[in-house]
Amino acid sequence: MQTTWAYISNYFVYSAMGVFALSFLAHAFETAFAVRAPQNADETEGTLLTKTLDYKRTEKAARIATAMMALGFLLLLAGVVARGISAKHVPWGNMYEFSITGALAFTGAYLIALRKHDLRWLGLFVSLSVLLTLGTAITLLYRNSAPLVPALKSTWLVIHVVAAIISGGVFLLANVVAGAYLYLDSAEKKGGRPAWLTRVPSLEALDQLSYRLVAFVFPLWTFSVVAGAIWAESAWGRYWGWDPKETWAFITWVAYAAYLHARVTVGWRGRRAAWLCIFAGSTFLFNYVYVNIWGTGKHTYSGL
Amino acid sequence: MSKATEVPELGFIALMRYSWRQLTSMRTALVLLMLLGIAAIPGSLVPQRTSNPIAVAEFIDANPDLAKFYDSISLFDVYSSPWFSSIYILLFISLIGCVAPRSVEHYKAMRAQPPATPRNLHRLEHYQLLDGGARELERATQWFSQKRFRVRKSGNSISAEKGYLRETGNLLFHLSLILILVGVSFGSLFGMRGEAIVNVGERFINVPTTYDSLSFGKLTADKALPPFEITLDKFRAQYDPKTNAPQDYTAWVTVKDSGKTYKKTIKVNSPLTFGSTRVYLQANGYSPVVTVRDENANVVFQGPVPFLPQDGNLRSVGSIKVPESDPQIGFVSNFYPSYSREPGRAATSIYPELLNPELLFSIFSGDLGLDSGIPQSIYRIDTEEMQNLGLGSVKPGEIFTYDEGSITLETVVPWINMQVVQDPGKSYSLIGAIVAVLGLLSSLYGRRRRIWVRVTDSGVEVAGLAKNSTPGLEEEVADLISFIKENK
Repeated sequence: MQTTWAYISNYFVYSAMGVFALSFLAHAFETAFAVRAPQNADETEGTLLTKTLDYKRTEKAARIATAMMALGFLLLLAGVVARGISAKHVPWGNMYEFSITGALAFTGAYLIALRKHDLRWLGLFVSLSVLLTLGTAITLLYRNSAPLVPALKSTWLVIHVVAAIISGGVFLLANVVAGAYLYLDSAEKKGGRPAWLTRVPSLEALDQLSYRLVAFVFPLWTFSVVAGAIWAESAWGRYWGWDPKETWAFITWVAYAAYLHARVTVGWRGRRAAWLCIFAGSTFLFNYVYVNIWGTGKHTYSGL
Repeated sequence: MSKATEVPELGFIALMRYSWRQLTSMRTALVLLMLLGIAAIPGSLVPQRTSNPIAVAEFIDANPDLAKFYDSISLFDVYSSPWFSSIYILLFISLIGCVAPRSVEHYKAMRAQPPATPRNLHRLEHYQLLDGGARELERATQWFSQKRFRVRKSGNSISAEKGYLRETGNLLFHLSLILILVGVSFGSLFGMRGEAIVNVGERFINVPTTYDSLSFGKLTADKALPPFEITLDKFRAQYDPKTNAPQDYTAWVTVKDSGKTYKKTIKVNSPLTFGSTRVYLQANGYSPVVTVRDENANVVFQGPVPFLPQDGNLRSVGSIKVPESDPQIGFVSNFYPSYSREPGRAATSIYPELLNPELLFSIFSGDLGLDSGIPQSIYRIDTEEMQNLGLGSVKPGEIFTYDEGSITLETVVPWINMQVVQDPGKSYSLIGAIVAVLGLLSSLYGRRRRIWVRVTDSGVEVAGLAKNSTPGLEEEVADLISFIKENK
């Protein structure tokens, strides 16, 4: 019975990947075919920089892309739930399970944000990164569904890990926005944005957006660290022990605290702030990848 | 003659004042904050004595010279090193220097009235001009008091302000960090931490001699331990038959505490609590129960001997030391709960439960070195000066006889490692952490804003100003205006 559910989960994850791939193609199609080469007065074709984007031409592709994204989300949700049923616990026992849940949370955040703002310019990136995450998860990180080790059997698993996954998703989103800022900033200095990026919001808006994302989720990250400490106190006999994962969670916390102070009290904006934001985000990513797989501490639950 | 630029001579007090200002400046605090993050990195790359003493010992064995250098700059004790401590102490001084004056200022501002209404309201955001007069001003007052604004009324105008929670939260957050630091230091200075291995059937009495290792905080004056006794009645470890991974550890104990006797269970996530002392289930393994007889069949040793697990299937190493026999006898041993051996390969355990237990040993006779004064591992024997008498193996109930005597494996019992921790500072840290999260929430989501209403000859003027340009004021002003216009 357990294995059946694990197989069902895998089928769902594979189908979700297929649908995300279609969504990616539709997003790519939408952008590529929106480019209209305007004709100059003498009927010759314009240069790349004078090309304009006309998204009305590809509105249908955009709708298909978003619908595929929503369908992929539902399939992945079914995959995560089936994985939980097969293991008889919340599916956060190893890195494969963290990754598929993280991809689910990331897609969910995008779809929720989409209801309020027209963020479809992000869709190309979202579908691609979800595909990459799921691909890595299923090829490199896959482990058979198994029961939780005793230290993980606690209500805090749900609280601590949900807070950490959501914070991580938002931090990475802020990183993407900061990265887009840096790229567009240098592109604009060199003369202008590439045609397919004209729909991305203005530099100021990106700058504000990455700050808003971090400021919004920083208290949640703090809570996640605190919840982890409370759990560690009951599982390991100390609430803070400078275990590698704890150390890097602390470093991430300090880096984002520095980012917030730099923005709010010292007035950093633009490139400097974007770089600091990316640095802070990379400490989070490093913690997830390095400490889970090669680390030595008490948090090595990757199952690798 | 020196042509150096002349530095105006600073008096001692002026110099101190200058340094203090530098230290408490925001830029210095920011640099210190980033330094703290960077300084924490080496501790996650180099093994630390506090969290992984075995890895430190291995590192020292493997690279003695490098280890000596590492040790000279405290790389094995990063988080208690002078350089790490000085960064966070400076940071906290800087933080206090920053937060204390701001707290005073904030307290004064909270008690003071909102600033007077500016002369030219029409230059401000959300400016609107309505019809009306004194009655409208009265309506506005009503709205402000409903929405809990702080209000200053002077003649024909109202100046209202709200959102002090933002700064309150900000200050509380920073003050609570100090509380967390106090809790951490209090716990490490006045706490206690010890470990003891207890076999099933044995009793643990909470006195220093029962512990295998015990350490007190530097300022723990009263070294008396709370008087309790724990008898380990039963221990059960459950494993997943497919992956051999542990699923559950439960210890059933009988506790005797201040005259009362009661039964309890200890699990990995639910320790026993005695006041500020907690008892944790940290590790487990097997103790073969053996009887060693000499050549005349007199019992020279009997009892359980804890073995140290080496892998997930609990292949364990240990040593059975028999100082009572003459000459002394020692068994350098391996224990396999589920023994298996394939041809041409070393013996191994294939499952962590006792499915096919077997004890393998090498017998040595000579001086065990127990009187040498050098502390010894209970799991190992230094056999350099001893004579090897041969190899052997036994299963439970079997006896192995050699020229100088015999050894019997009576049975095998599990042991647990109990960790006893007393941390009187942890409740301060917890309160600090909770206040920190709440303070952060109100400081990042709080909005400070002012709204003004004034009656002039041309009508009622309304305008607002949001600090930190946070959104939402527009809706609020609109709400106020529709309230004023009601009931006309």
